[in-house]
Amino acid sequence: MSSIVQTLADGTKRLVNPGRVCATTGLSVCSTAQRFIKLNAVAAVVFLLVGGVAALLLALTRWQTVHLLNAEWFYRIVTLHGLNMLIFWILFMEVAILYFTCTTPLNSKLFSKGVAWTSFGMMLTGAVMVDVVIFKGQGDVMMTSYLPLLAHPAFYFGIILVAVGTLIGVFNFFATLYIARRDKTYEGSMPLVTFGALAAAIIAVVTLLHGAIVMIPTFSYSMGWTPQPDPMWYRLIWWGLGHQSQQVNVCAMVACWYFLASVTTGARPLNEAVCRTAFVLYVLFINLASAHHLLVDPGIGATWKIWNTSYAMYLAVLASMIHGFTVPASVEVAMREKGYVRGLFGWLTSAPWGNPGFSGFFLSLVIFGFGGGITGVTLGTQQINIIAHNTLRIPGHFHVTVVGGTTLAFMALAYYVIPLIFEKDFIGRKFARVQPYLFGGGITMLAIGMSFAGSMGVPRRSWDIDIAGVYGPAAHLMLGLVGIGGIIAFTGLLIFVLLCVGTLLFGASTEGRAMTDWGVAKSVTGAPTAQLGEHDHSATKGTFVLTLIFLTCFAVYYFANWKALADVWPVR
Amino acid sequence: MSSLLVPARGWFRAPSGHERTWIGLALCWCLVLTLMMPFWHFRGKQNSRGEAYLVTPAGFQARVDKFIAATKVGEQNGIPVVSPAPGGDAYVLARMWSWSPILKLRQGETYRVHLSSLDLQHGFSLQPLNMNFQVMPGYDHVLTLTPTSKGTFTIVCNEFCGIGHSTMIGKIIVE
Ligand code: HEM
Ligand SMILES: [Cu+2]
Ligand SMILES: [Cu+2]
Repeated sequence: MSSIVQTLADGTKRLVNPGRVCATTGLSVCSTAQRFIKLNAVAAVVFLLVGGVAALLLALTRWQTVHLLNAEWFYRIVTLHGLNMLIFWILFMEVAILYFTCTTPLNSKLFSKGVAWTSFGMMLTGAVMVDVVIFKGQGDVMMTSYLPLLAHPAFYFGIILVAVGTLIGVFNFFATLYIARRDKTYEGSMPLVTFGALAAAIIAVVTLLHGAIVMIPTFSYSMGWTPQPDPMWYRLIWWGLGHQSQQVNVCAMVACWYFLASVTTGARPLNEAVCRTAFVLYVLFINLASAHHLLVDPGIGATWKIWNTSYAMYLAVLASMIHGFTVPASVEVAMREKGYVRGLFGWLTSAPWGNPGFSGFFLSLVIFGFGGGITGVTLGTQQINIIAHNTLRIPGHFHVTVVGGTTLAFMALAYYVIPLIFEKDFIGRKFARVQPYLFGGGITMLAIGMSFAGSMGVPRRSWDIDIAGVYGPAAHLMLGLVGIGGIIAFTGLLIFVLLCVGTLLFGASTEGRAMTDWGVAKSVTGAPTAQLGEHDHSATKGTFVLTLIFLTCFAVYYFANWKALADVWPVR
Repeated sequence: MSSLLVPARGWFRAPSGHERTWIGLALCWCLVLTLMMPFWHFRGKQNSRGEAYLVTPAGFQARVDKFIAATKVGEQNGIPVVSPAPGGDAYVLARMWSWSPILKLRQGETYRVHLSSLDLQHGFSLQPLNMNFQVMPGYDHVLTLTPTSKGTFTIVCNEFCGIGHSTMIGKIIVE
């Protein structure tokens, strides 16, 4: 294939690698990368559907009045849901995102097709293996598979395959960055979205190595080759995998925010140095974080717990708080430059809320920040964990991080990936416009129900709470909220899957033309054309007020929890 | 310039405006978050120090049996009720799917409560107080606990431990 010379908006020319030029963005798309983005994204959506059906069953079982499944199937389906959602849906989607961010923004081709096939093949085989074991009833051990619980060896082997397959995909990403730099497909620093993906990839390597360290001896034990690893050691290393992988999700989600802010409102990063430093903070400080799953565990001292809980001073939290400012601030500046200057929040109310790429991303930002961030830091505080560990507060927290945050951001991304990479215009556009609200709203409701039920002591991963005889009508009401929120969120999820599949089958092709616009922010006629700088206080005042409100909520929730802790029995 | 494009040269500069103020505020807040934990460690009354000793399941079982024999005051549904000496050791043994014995404690006294498991991991969740601790096989997890309220408290297992997990209920009585 011949190279194409492409002219950028500012008049500079650059060489485009084999592939095509996107008619919407003017960026180049590598055809190999495109194929593997498609494969991984399709696999991701299939696992999302499996996990979604499981989610509905769980929500309808935890809703004590409905109590759908029997105990055996409840625990089986919790295992299925956790793995298909948290591991398979998320990892396949992340590999797709890595392949996109190392090719198109860098104007490069993907390093290797063979490597991409190997990665995809291993991941898919592993994931299918795990699901088969679960359905055969030989893996009722939850996704954490805490020893001495023991599953069929194929369960562990499947997980190892998925982990190693993902590592190979990550290798393909790094190798592509290398050849792009070597072949000078771009000049200067890599774009911010790619930088965010790079941070995610680095953390993913550390994470997956922990996975290998813990899963290989466990697999070997399940085969009867070696003695049982110590269960406390298992918890420590497993959470090196389990928690850090959440930071991969956060990085990938933030990269999506920057991407979607740019394509839906024309936002540009205010200060690249700040955004990038925040990503570096994730890489540097997150690797200690597995501690906050072990805060009430035996055999680990208070000093170790405190030091590791704060990741040596909460600098990864700082990073999220920085992104939580820079992303909406970049939208505010872009909107003000387009002429939406009225009051504090005129820029926000005039934003393209009917565009699922925008609404999905902005809801994800709000749900993640106000919901996930505040609860996460609070529950993960060394002593406060005493009144939260293994209660429903924990799933209440992570359904507003990795679901209302990451999953919703990935859904929003799909509203652009499918037209741009699969070259199909979405069908059912009216449904698409409400989908983020349904999913985001349902998950928020579910998480609120879980959090309050958890505050009343309701355990997570429990089939029935009435046997204990200590939970009153308020707890049951909250579990009702889990059920109803779950149904709404599932509806949003199902619409998403149907729209994606329907579009792939029946959507109008966008080959050679721009995608049909979802509705992006347009300039008001007569708007001043000058660019606003970040030092211009009137340009970001709305965001600043929003972040102050956020900080207030944070402080109130945080200290209310210290108060609640002070009310329980003294314990050392 | 969008986040998808290569940034213009000279992008590395210090933050300014609201952005700088926010970073400053956020950093101060992170400092508060960090300092609260050591502060509570020294001043607060609720801490999880993770005091623990290695123990074999059989060894722990033997200690629990001895403890029950020495302090038993009754029985409820086949589970012994014990009244340990204030200031002394008390044991709760977790197994699939029961907690034993039932502790009878005195309000305001302090006990060293030893938790361990004979089989899988379990979760010691004391309701309705909602205090939660991990119970591990092979580890004698010691909580230095001072009941400050009277009543009957329920131990709920909150770590998945097989099909009977939600039926694993125990009791602590404070009078
Ligand atoms: C329609 C959307 C969803 C609903 C209604 C839903 C509902 C639930 C419910 C009811 C539970 C069981 C809580 C318990 O009893 O402990 C659960 C657990 C869980 N969910 Fe979801 N969920 C949804 C989406 C997701 C997504 C997208 C992810 C990940 C990306 C996810 C990750 C998890 C994980 C990791 C667990 C814990 C499993 C375990 O304890 O082993 N969920 N969810
Ligand atoms: Cu148990
Ligand atoms: Cu249990």
